[in-house]
Amino acid sequence: MGRFVARRLLQMIPVFLGTVTIIFFMTRMLPGDPAAAMWGDKAADPAQLAAFKHRMGLDVSIGQQYLNYMGDLFRGNFGETLAGRKVIDVIGEALPVTVRLALLAFVFELVVGVGIGLLAGLRRGKAFDKVTLVLTLLLISIPVPVLGFIFQNVFAIQLKWITPTVQDSMNLGQLMLPAIVLGSLSLAYVARLTRTSIAENVKSDYMRTAIAKGLPRRKVIGTHLLRNSMIPVVTFLGTDLGALMGGAIVTEGIFNVKGVGNALYHAINLNEGATVSGFVVVLVLVYLAASLIVDLLYAVLDPRIRYA
Amino acid sequence: MPDLIEKTAPATGSTEPKPEKPRSLGSDAWHDLRKRPIFIISAALIVLLIAFAIAPSLFTSVDPRAGDLRLHYLSKPNYLHFFQADWFGYDGQGRSIYARMIYGARASVVVGICVTAGVTVLGGLAGMIAGYYGGWVDAVISRVTDMFFGIPLLLGALVVLNAFTTRTVWSVVFALVALGWTQMTRVMRGSVITVKQSDYVTAAKALGAGTTRIMFKHILPNAIAPVIVVATIALGGYIATEATLSFLGIGLQDPTISWGIDINSAQKVLRTAPFALFFPAGMLSVTVLAFIMLGDAVRDALDPKLR
Repeated sequence: MGRFVARRLLQMIPVFLGTVTIIFFMTRMLPGDPAAAMWGDKAADPAQLAAFKHRMGLDVSIGQQYLNYMGDLFRGNFGETLAGRKVIDVIGEALPVTVRLALLAFVFELVVGVGIGLLAGLRRGKAFDKVTLVLTLLLISIPVPVLGFIFQNVFAIQLKWITPTVQDSMNLGQLMLPAIVLGSLSLAYVARLTRTSIAENVKSDYMRTAIAKGLPRRKVIGTHLLRNSMIPVVTFLGTDLGALMGGAIVTEGIFNVKGVGNALYHAINLNEGATVSGFVVVLVLVYLAASLIVDLLYAVLDPRIRYA
Repeated sequence: MPDLIEKTAPATGSTEPKPEKPRSLGSDAWHDLRKRPIFIISAALIVLLIAFAIAPSLFTSVDPRAGDLRLHYLSKPNYLHFFQADWFGYDGQGRSIYARMIYGARASVVVGICVTAGVTVLGGLAGMIAGYYGGWVDAVISRVTDMFFGIPLLLGALVVLNAFTTRTVWSVVFALVALGWTQMTRVMRGSVITVKQSDYVTAAKALGAGTTRIMFKHILPNAIAPVIVVATIALGGYIATEATLSFLGIGLQDPTISWGIDINSAQKVLRTAPFALFFPAGMLSVTVLAFIMLGDAVRDALDPKLR
């Protein structure tokens, strides 16, 4: 187990470096000069521009900039935004909000998705199963911006249950609706994956054995069926956590949540290379950690998988 | 829809009296597909959408870019004026929403089909090479795939598209292919590794078939099914991603007509003119739904285990 984790961590290093490299060059090789853009429509004073570029470390070759960036990154220095704020502060402000939002969405899709999928899988071919299939299909096909506006219109403007936009981004109650919108697409996938997996495993030999030896229904479903059916769902959920955090751009925009998506969207528009790559570094770390946890969960769910 | 049924009906009629010949996986799947209502509905919708994309002027004579603010600013829909300019009302620029719905199909269909073709060829080839050769080739391709896989699609596409000052359909296609190919690589690689161990591949090798022949004549036809399934379902997703990017203002730009742009401009007038949001949004959802249903039907047909 320990050796497996160590080996996986070692394998993650090149992946991490590669992703950071890709995103570094994607953000820095863009046409247009973000430094000159600081002066707006006026042409920048060459001396001031040169001094500014020197201060930001933008006056050296792109290769040298890359080496400097990676060096700084290993010392925990994410660099500065063009306006002079530390990127780590910008991240520190936005990340807790998005972590809350993403975790709420994650719990929502996990509990509701697995619940619906389990019921539908057990009643395969019955009315509940068919309704689930149709509803999840509809949920998958409605794009997130549209779903966001529908929810905002119905629950905030028509029913007045909540305010249309989030006033306090750290308030869990206000984050509920954005979280439901954010998690609904994945919820549909989780429900469908669970349903297929349950419907397949329900006919297996170990289920017949469990029922034949007289185990109570709760135990048959809880310990035998669910545990064996969760592997594809766990695989999906693992990659989904990172996607929820990075993919909240639209949801955060509609509901005015001051999280990672919002900050990233502004940073991309302003060509803020350091901020964009800083956020991506964090998101990639989340993604890698989640995929490690998924691998470890495989062994918990299926004892046949052993990591010596 | 009627012509689809007409085309398929005589075909089934003529095959049934004959004794059943053993069918290949492909023709078995096709035989199964033709009987599924979900396939017929989604295929009919897709044929209609492609017709919108190829010849929008057949469905409306109104110029989708011509706006008259004085006469038509957010005019209410007139639901009895079928196929006319004011059927679904006018948007905030005084342009016919019905005409924009029809013309918007082109961007979505082109992006969806081209991105899917791009990722399938690029990702499929990479996955095939990784799965077939194994060893260090596989290690390199798999690690590069991992690196791209860590970047969320929407986020990466935003960064790439931000580099283009004028963005057309092709820049969106480029961005989505550049970031989306990894999914197909993983599917293809897994599929090729399974197929590679089959006896017929060993037999082909023993008979002295060349590498390209084994790869494209023996492995590809047997390994392609999961890729086709993932690609068809992903197609709807790419259309949704294009609309989302256009909605955020970093996808397509104004002379191009896109439902995403229309959804974005309609959100500002959502309270007074909900119909301006409803129709492009509904059209987008129906399009995505049609492709996902098609993918579902294809998967059920290709994967007999789930029947």
